[in-house]
Amino acid sequence: MTSTLTPVPATAVEAPAIGWDGVSVRYGDAHALRDLTLDVARGETVALLGPSGSGKSTALKAVAGFVRPTSGRVLLGGRDVTGEPPHRRGVGVVVQSYALFPHMKVEDNVAFGLRARRLPRAEVAARVTEMLAMVGMTAHRGKLPRELSGGQQQRIAIARALAIRPPVLLLDEPLSALDARLRQDMLDELRRLRGELPDTAIVYVTHDQTEALVLADRIAIMRDARLVDVGPADELYHRPPSAFTAEFLGGANLIPAEAVAGGARVGDRTVPAAHSAVASGPALLCVRPHALTVEVPGPDGLPGRVTAVQWRGSGYRLEVALDCGATVSADLPALTGVPAAGEPAAVRVGAACVVAREEP
Amino acid sequence: MTRRALWTLPPLLLVAGFFVYPLTLTALQSGGAWTRVATSPEFGRTVLRTLEIAVCATIGCLLLGTFFALVLTYAPFPGARAVARLIDTVLAFPSYLIALAFTVLYGSAGVVDGLGIATLDFIYTPAGLVFAEITFYTPFVMRPLLAAFGQVPPAQLEVAASLGARPWRVVRQVLLPEALPALAAGGGLTLLLTLNEFGLVLFIGAKDVTTLPMLVYTKGLVTFDQAGAAVAAVAQVALSLTVYSLYRRVAR
Repeated sequence: MTSTLTPVPATAVEAPAIGWDGVSVRYGDAHALRDLTLDVARGETVALLGPSGSGKSTALKAVAGFVRPTSGRVLLGGRDVTGEPPHRRGVGVVVQSYALFPHMKVEDNVAFGLRARRLPRAEVAARVTEMLAMVGMTAHRGKLPRELSGGQQQRIAIARALAIRPPVLLLDEPLSALDARLRQDMLDELRRLRGELPDTAIVYVTHDQTEALVLADRIAIMRDARLVDVGPADELYHRPPSAFTAEFLGGANLIPAEAVAGGARVGDRTVPAAHSAVASGPALLCVRPHALTVEVPGPDGLPGRVTAVQWRGSGYRLEVALDCGATVSADLPALTGVPAAGEPAAVRVGAACVVAREEP
Repeated sequence: MTRRALWTLPPLLLVAGFFVYPLTLTALQSGGAWTRVATSPEFGRTVLRTLEIAVCATIGCLLLGTFFALVLTYAPFPGARAVARLIDTVLAFPSYLIALAFTVLYGSAGVVDGLGIATLDFIYTPAGLVFAEITFYTPFVMRPLLAAFGQVPPAQLEVAASLGARPWRVVRQVLLPEALPALAAGGGLTLLLTLNEFGLVLFIGAKDVTTLPMLVYTKGLVTFDQAGAAVAAVAQVALSLTVYSLYRRVAR
């Protein structure tokens, strides 16, 4: 007779849906991914954000089983799948190129994973209908992929991945092949889909900070095959832990400064900062372009000279060379008066924070 | 007459002089001999044998070529590129070299016999001929197939696997359907070439194996039955053109 207090296996509690445990991937001497440790919870969306070659796609491929880690473990729902082939992992994958099967009709593409699982015919048909309705492509079920637009193809790719009801959905730059307008529509679409999949863990690989900010609960910033920072999207944006994250997520200006209590000193002026990652000594003052205003020279603000003015429809972007040596970008609304290039100006800093300088 | 039409005249004359005229002559020569030759049991046997050997060799080439192309593309081993190159060079050889090599290796006075391992004479059977043709013509299937496999984006195969498809299902349902035009082209070409194969058949000299090209040769140059040779030649051309038009249809 077993006790009623039989401990529940650890995996049954709430093992993360995805776990990278010290995962490294090397091709010869080239490191594609170094020692990544990161968890994604059930129902959570994590964006892997970084420039090309930062290892974000490799991290995703390690979960899908397309690349084998040189060291470390990959876990799905607490189960070590490091050595398992892709067809046993049960993850949904959507790639930038859609990778639809060109010789199969839309409905056969969506049914592919279900047939591979040998589901009964009636269930396959029902699931295909459901998935096509979910992505709004019911009318196109009999078409071939080449008869569809890029955005439509991507919807089918998403429907195909979701048809197998994977606990984990991996999206590898899914919107990169689309034009700007369509990208915005698909982004809204993905947000809506996210709401319909409350239990699915999603990893979203992108180099586009807007996509990451819109979709992700947490953002993992990657650089040179390493994880640099990870945290909730708004926290990383408002209180970036590192200069790289500040610059990559939101294109912050980084002004060399001296950290002091409550802010930083730039030249002979002290600028207050809402958050500081450095208590004292050399640091970087981090300010978003939209948090800067450019005024006529006066006792306030950082003195400098306007070097370029760019009209962008909704506003102006100004480049200002500060007297302290740094150059900053400022976004100003269209209605304000804007100094011309070459004029002296003072830059006033709104919301700012202080981050550590990078090791050279 | 327009200038453009004038330009088409020289090539038309060339084709007529070097191709249509001799063919017509051959067809005319066959004139009186059709009933005699075409109804002989020898002729029927030969046509069947020719088809049988060509079809068997083509099927063998398709199977072996597909297997090799799959291995070279998706399970590359050290030296795979060198092997692919080597297979390409076979395309540059004349077919009878294979026959010669086979005779040296497996012939009744060949290396294998000489070593006392086994007494072989399968090379002189129809199966031996098919074997030799498969050896020589497999690269003709592999070349277009390797090119076609190279065109299939790896992401498609990866996604198929992630959807739960085992490797064999991925090959069957994703890879081969996409490579079908190349497969059809390679198979069609092989069928055409094996139908017309002469050097290999002559060199091996298999017992009781007469194919259409052999019949043309025997009738025309051994027994001096010009009309009979012409009949066999016309049959050969008709067969080749039929296969060729099928090949054009699938390779389009």
